[in-house]
Amino acid sequence: MIQLTDIEKVYRTKTIETVALNRVNLQIERGEFVSIMGPSGCGKSTLLNIMGLLDEPTSGFVAIDGQPVKTHSDSKLAKLRNEKIGFVFQSYHLIHDLSVVDNVELPLLYRSVSASDRRKRALEALEKVGLSARTKHFPNQLSGGQRQRVAIARALAGNPEIILADEPTGNLDSVMGEEIMDILLRLNQEEGTTIVMVTHDENMALKTNRLIRFFDGQQVADSMVIEAQI
Amino acid sequence: MIRNYIKIAWAVLQRRKFFTFISLFGISFTLMVLMVVTSFYDHAFGPQMPERESDKLLFVNNMREQVKEGYTNSGPPSYYFLNRYVRPLKTPENVSINSLFMPVNSYVNNKKLALDQKHTDAAFWDILDFNFVEGRPFSVQEVANATRVAVINQNTRKNYFGEKEAIGQTIEVDQVKYKVVGVVENVPVLRLHSYADVWVPITLKSQDFKRTGLRGTYFATIKAKKASDVPKIQEEFATMMLQVNKNKSKDIKEAFAYADDIFGTFARTLLGGGKTDKSGLLYAILAFAAFLFMLLPTINLVNINISRIMERSSEIGVRKAFGASSATIIGQFIVENIFLTLLGGLLGFLISAGVLEMINDSGILAYANLGLNLRVFAWGLLLCLVFGLVSGVYPAFKMSRLNAVEALKGGSK
Repeated sequence: MIQLTDIEKVYRTKTIETVALNRVNLQIERGEFVSIMGPSGCGKSTLLNIMGLLDEPTSGFVAIDGQPVKTHSDSKLAKLRNEKIGFVFQSYHLIHDLSVVDNVELPLLYRSVSASDRRKRALEALEKVGLSARTKHFPNQLSGGQRQRVAIARALAGNPEIILADEPTGNLDSVMGEEIMDILLRLNQEEGTTIVMVTHDENMALKTNRLIRFFDGQQVADSMVIEAQI
Repeated sequence: MIRNYIKIAWAVLQRRKFFTFISLFGISFTLMVLMVVTSFYDHAFGPQMPERESDKLLFVNNMREQVKEGYTNSGPPSYYFLNRYVRPLKTPENVSINSLFMPVNSYVNNKKLALDQKHTDAAFWDILDFNFVEGRPFSVQEVANATRVAVINQNTRKNYFGEKEAIGQTIEVDQVKYKVVGVVENVPVLRLHSYADVWVPITLKSQDFKRTGLRGTYFATIKAKKASDVPKIQEEFATMMLQVNKNKSKDIKEAFAYADDIFGTFARTLLGGGKTDKSGLLYAILAFAAFLFMLLPTINLVNINISRIMERSSEIGVRKAFGASSATIIGQFIVENIFLTLLGGLLGFLISAGVLEMINDSGILAYANLGLNLRVFAWGLLLCLVFGLVSGVYPAFKMSRLNAVEALKGGSK
């Protein structure tokens, strides 16, 4: 589904060169729920951004469904993100000036979908995350857990094959965190959505199928969760 | 999608009220000034009563004589020149000779009434499209007989006769009595070639007919059969001027006169005569002045837009993450900016309507009837769109180039 080959990401200023990712090779299969763990600054989020085509590697190749994306134009990358990938961010990144349902419609705005169909699909996505009663609210009228559920509904609205979640429970208390994790697990198990999740929470990571550990920009462990628990 | 953009634009406007006020004030004030100027332009040069068929009309209002000592004399042409050389032109449908309007006095109930009087021939009424509210124009026969008849405007009728009918009544202007045969709607003073309060037969000024110089106090109004004939008339006019120069007095080195459309006459007068048509140059100067006038508020709006959009970098990041290309982001911000400028434009329209009404009521310009008609509206709308595009494109382009990851962090890279 997602293939990363010899990925390097180097940030350069006039005086400093920082290697964020160092020769990372990774294959994410369809239907997997992969968690990525590691200390802050080890390159987890950078990796997720490269997987999500939001950032370009300094060297190496990214392929989605076997197709390399290196030569894709800005609009082709945008189309690929729109159709294949849904994002869930730690700080939700909802648009404050839009209502819940308008936020959820966002991925569909960039497709040729009629307004009524857009609305229908956004409401369905909100129903999946249990927020049907809050469709006309604005983000600042919701709790953190509710906002993250809206963010998940937004990621789902476009019916993507992959969800990339960057610390989706990082800003939530444990109860809310569990709720969000349950939604992601259900999506993976019932709908077969491929999920890659960056997390600091070992307990959350242990609920996924596969755990990859990073340290200093390098992949130091990659194991199925059953093995990791042993 | 557009609805979503407009929702966002509206919410952003409400969120930062001070920025919104500054933006809207700048836009509406700039557009108001431009709309008032456009309205003046339309009023003075547009196809308005009585010069509705302005695309078929040409005016001769200046005769420039280069005299041997190197001096130039210039002023309105004489009756002699217009009657001998211009009236016989073959390509026009009709030619009228009429005087400049002159201030005259009249007394009504011992109260002095300052009026402007114009002497015209009968062709004047055929060529121009006056709105008669009573009676008729004076006839060819009345002009030939130098009959003391007058057409007056509504304002003069009101001053003389109140609400009563004026036809058949007598008015006394500069101690000469005229019988009123017609009443027309007021013509604004900006229509220099048609305006007056009282129009009387040109033959009542026959003392001018004997003077043979080229300069005098008359205009010619020429009507073409169709708009496409205008260049042919100008060509024939130029050929005729060669003849004039052959027959001119020895004191004159060369004589220049032109048949221009209404804007052309203004341009040539304003830009100091010359052999070439100055309309293009004057349009360019006006466009440049409008550009300069719009430049400052545009730069201001660009700056406000950039800081306003920078606050929304996270939104740009999210939109990019969910499938918006850079081009889509540019489109969104341009739509938002056009929405803002149209809103400012709407306010500008309302303020312009008020300002124009004030100018009309103030009496600064006699019989001014400045208004926001469809032409002015279309110009205003065009100005709004240009303003919106110009002030929106650069910020939108700058923001669309934000790296999605940096944008999500709220950065400014």
